[in-house]
Amino acid sequence: MSLLQTADAVAALPEILLALLTMALLMFGVFSRRDAYGAVSAGAVIALVLVGLLVLLGDGTQTAFGGSFIVDPFARLMKLLAMAGSAIAIILSGRFLAQNGMARFEYPVIILLATLGMMMMISANDLISLYMGLELQSLALYVVAAINRDDAKSSEAGLKYFVLGALSSGMLLYGSSLIYGFTGSTQFPVIASVLSASGSSLGVIFGLVFILAGLCFKVSAVPFHMWTPDVYEGAPTPVTAFFAAAPKIAAMALFVRVAMGPFAEIVKDWQQILVFVSIASMVLGAFAAIGQSNIKRLLAYSSISHMGYALLGLASGSEEGVRGVIIYMMIYLVTTVGVFACVLAMRRGGRQVEAISDLAGLSRTNKGMAFVFSMLMFSLAGIPPLAGFFGKLFVFLAAVKAGLWLLAIVGVIASVIGAYYYLRIVKAIYFDEPAEAFDAMDGEVKTIAYASGAFALAFVLIAQPLLALAATAAQSLF
Amino acid sequence: MVAATVFFYLFSVLAVASAVMVITARNPVHSVLFLILCFFNAAGLFILMGAEFLAMILVVVYVGAVAVLFLFVVMMLDVDFVKLREGLASYLPVGGVIGLIVLVELALVFGTWTISPEALKATAAPAVAGVTNTEALGQVLYTKYFYYFQAAGLVLLVAMVGAIVLTLRQKEGVKRQSISAQVARTPATAVEIRKVEPGQGI
Repeated sequence: MSLLQTADAVAALPEILLALLTMALLMFGVFSRRDAYGAVSAGAVIALVLVGLLVLLGDGTQTAFGGSFIVDPFARLMKLLAMAGSAIAIILSGRFLAQNGMARFEYPVIILLATLGMMMMISANDLISLYMGLELQSLALYVVAAINRDDAKSSEAGLKYFVLGALSSGMLLYGSSLIYGFTGSTQFPVIASVLSASGSSLGVIFGLVFILAGLCFKVSAVPFHMWTPDVYEGAPTPVTAFFAAAPKIAAMALFVRVAMGPFAEIVKDWQQILVFVSIASMVLGAFAAIGQSNIKRLLAYSSISHMGYALLGLASGSEEGVRGVIIYMMIYLVTTVGVFACVLAMRRGGRQVEAISDLAGLSRTNKGMAFVFSMLMFSLAGIPPLAGFFGKLFVFLAAVKAGLWLLAIVGVIASVIGAYYYLRIVKAIYFDEPAEAFDAMDGEVKTIAYASGAFALAFVLIAQPLLALAATAAQSLF
Repeated sequence: MVAATVFFYLFSVLAVASAVMVITARNPVHSVLFLILCFFNAAGLFILMGAEFLAMILVVVYVGAVAVLFLFVVMMLDVDFVKLREGLASYLPVGGVIGLIVLVELALVFGTWTISPEALKATAAPAVAGVTNTEALGQVLYTKYFYYFQAAGLVLLVAMVGAIVLTLRQKEGVKRQSISAQVARTPATAVEIRKVEPGQGI
């Protein structure tokens, strides 16, 4: 038996290529005599683009490595989104890290390794590959959270994230071992067939609860959200942008895969858990964000409530629900990236400012940024006809069709409450007395912010192909 | 058979005795050394059970890495162990009562515990005839679990890169070894000959 079968290698080619390119970039960074940060960053973006093209070339559903790795349209779409999130995060980081003395070539390398972990998570078809992918991603994230090692807040963010992340990994492992013990396999299809034959037992439900708790931590859903505001605030802004985008996509994809793969037969058992988590996330996200004065903390609570909406789609347990989740995450990714590009542009005299009051009167000092920022806020609040509205629409429709009326109603109420703090920012931008103007926006930050704003505005026009894409991806799970 | 029994009792008595010494020794360095002795005896017990791979791992990982790390920590940190033991007498009654309760509970649980012989058989993986367990592990590790093995390697790579990124500092003024520069020295650049006048000094 040779080590690597050809079929396995073909199915996992994007991952293998990304791993090799990452190590090549690491070697280049170590041995280059000059400061290699810029070159390695550019190389990392190129590597992600190449691997993305390779992912695009794939077709159909394949499994590899004895069934522990699966590539299907769902995996491909989510991988592309995660890679886009990572690439944009590297681009956004470029100048910021250089200006703040954090420009180390290891940073893009670690982001690439985290992306590799995300791809492994998204393609996981076995409890062990799930855990390996998750750990690879998480460990890399702990490091980038603390990348500004001379800053107490950044170190605190890294340490906090690490300790709580280790705890959640422990819970996930405990749940996995219970599932393995009660079903006799770690492979998702085998677990599914065992559960469909014999139904759920107390042990399986026990394990399921622990696995869901671990996953809720990774997507920062209530009641496992406490790390989010501190980590978002403490980490350097481009790192926060990265945290809010790519890992959320991967964790949500993993969540969908676990719920719809091995545990598809016991929907009733996990549905009630997800309904609770979803309601709690939406409501807590909406109320807790109201009192925030720091924009990064506010966005942390905003992302908690958005994860609640995405889980609302999953809670309906239907193909439509999964399609809703995919569309929601797509829109969430693009808008979040744009919002963080705007937050990165909040600089005065070369120093980053983070208070919401710093945005006062932006409309009179920088019209373009003010407009884009407001549009993105409207989109996050879910006001039609912007992108965010459609994201919410599809998950609510799926929930209503699945008979989860209460959940849908709570969701609508929470999004109305949430609209308050998004509109508060718009009010500060347009109606408050102008504060001092921000520094001019960097080119790439400006491009990303404007592109994201354009996406939010013009989503109605490009919705059709995206919806079809999401529908195909969702179909492959059923 | 007799030899195996003799060695079993030898290893287990030594393991228990050295474990007791770990917590009673006054000198923390002695504690760590007794811990190493304890690990060696546990490894001996594993060999008696036919689990030579676990025995090797125990020695390599625990003695080779963990215990040495302990030794470093004990030697580098200034911990006053006498001071730590000071409150022992006042904590003893409460601690003793709690310990007793736990002991009674454990006795109650294990006293009523029955293990069916079938369950014991079902848990053991079938032994492959003619293959040592190191070989058997190697055969599945690099074929069936190839993917996980590679993934674990990547996790370790992240850990290594992360540790270096977060802790390595390039200090100014540190003299580093530069082999090429050292080898390239010639007598002309390295040695200076001075004429010293008698009674003058340099």
